[in-house]
Amino acid sequence: MNNEDRMVVNKGLAQMLKGGVIMDVTTPEQAKIAEDAGAVAVMALERVPADIRADGGVARMTDPSIIKEIQDAVSIPVMAKVRIGHFVEARVLEAIGIDYIDESEVLTPADQSHHINKHAFSVPFVCGCRNLGEALRRISEGASMIRTKGEAGTGNVVEAVKHMRQLMLEIRRAVSMTDDELYSYAKELACSADLLVEVKRLGRLPVVNFAAGGIATPCDAALMMNLGADGVFVGSGIFKSGNPQVTARAIVEATAHFDKPEIIAKVSAGLGSAMKGIEISAIPDNEILQARGW
Amino acid sequence: MIGILALQGGVEEHRHSMSRCGAATRPVRRCEDLENICGMILPGGESTTITKLIISSGIGPSVRSLIDAGMPVWGTCAGSILLSRGGIWESADVEMQRNAYGPQRESRIRSGTIKGRLEKIPMVFIRAPRVVNISGDVEVLARADGDMVALRQRNVLLTTFHPELTSETYFADIFMGMVYSRTSQAASKG
Repeated sequence: MNNEDRMVVNKGLAQMLKGGVIMDVTTPEQAKIAEDAGAVAVMALERVPADIRADGGVARMTDPSIIKEIQDAVSIPVMAKVRIGHFVEARVLEAIGIDYIDESEVLTPADQSHHINKHAFSVPFVCGCRNLGEALRRISEGASMIRTKGEAGTGNVVEAVKHMRQLMLEIRRAVSMTDDELYSYAKELACSADLLVEVKRLGRLPVVNFAAGGIATPCDAALMMNLGADGVFVGSGIFKSGNPQVTARAIVEATAHFDKPEIIAKVSAGLGSAMKGIEISAIPDNEILQARGW
Repeated sequence: MIGILALQGGVEEHRHSMSRCGAATRPVRRCEDLENICGMILPGGESTTITKLIISSGIGPSVRSLIDAGMPVWGTCAGSILLSRGGIWESADVEMQRNAYGPQRESRIRSGTIKGRLEKIPMVFIRAPRVVNISGDVEVLARADGDMVALRQRNVLLTTFHPELTSETYFADIFMGMVYSRTSQAASKG
């Protein structure tokens, strides 16, 4: 299949995930809980971001045998993370038939200046961004889905909100510009002018954009949907909560009915404790994950 | 007014495709959204997710009675699973196997043959289901690599691929034809 067709089916899979919740899981049992709660996909990990943060050290791709067990446990798509720039980890995930690769700042970067050339792969990639320039650089490299980064493993939605607002503001700015102005804006954002022209034409990113990094409650998920996310990733928020089954189900409902406060109120009631959460200013600079990648 | 089930999945894509056919659409997420719709589209997405959301939203029985009363309904990919045997609405005598082709690397654009047409058209298959058995008065409208990929039984249209992701409007036109013929019948009975 040629690259153009490949891009249609890879962007297309992300389009079919819209309005849904993608959940981090570390065992086949958790994957089953996520699927039963209505997740559209699972992210197979060895440790959720909150534990990666607590443990420190180098975080790498998950052991393929764990991913395989999770693939066997569920029928929904299975995603997994590789280190930024680590194209061999990506080849390994491609070889075991992963449905989507997340080239993720949550793992320790393998390359300080190059992201993976994702055009060279048949498997689709999702990448993180904090603003429009970063999103379009990843799309230039072949990403077929984007997520705003937020600050993973914190249970604090403030950075996810900041990145989504920034992205949406810059998209609106591009839409309001003349074509002449877009070239200088492309220079300012350090991105492809052609992609920026496409953003203006579409009035949105040319690929699906989910929110991630700190979403811990049904209200958080609905907040991100109201800010323009096409769907949400929930990492530590589910299996670090007091009642993962019910929390997972409630986040799925709140994401689908993000504009109906009555429904969000109903599913939010009696959930038990949410994950504890961290104030961003309490995190040392060298432990801020969102600054990884460029 | 065409309702598009909008609990999860590729809703916008169908909205665009319908607007190219000149049809007005409304997203359907709750019972009140079903009022005055004369046809309904069930988009692609994750069938397990959509099924759970249909159950919790309470729209299942209302949609079923609309389909039973003859309202045209078109399911694409996951949407077609909802209308097949074992799906939540079971409106067609069709058995499907979910995600039958394997992981995403097996997703592709196939060249398909439409009944009564010479030229082939591109069909986008994404973790698609496969039709494994049909019975009753189910009509096969299209095939790709030998598989049955578009089917019609009375007021139910099924495509296991995504016509809404290409500029080809053949199946959107068939669906709108079903809608017009039903509304004109209703008008003449008047």
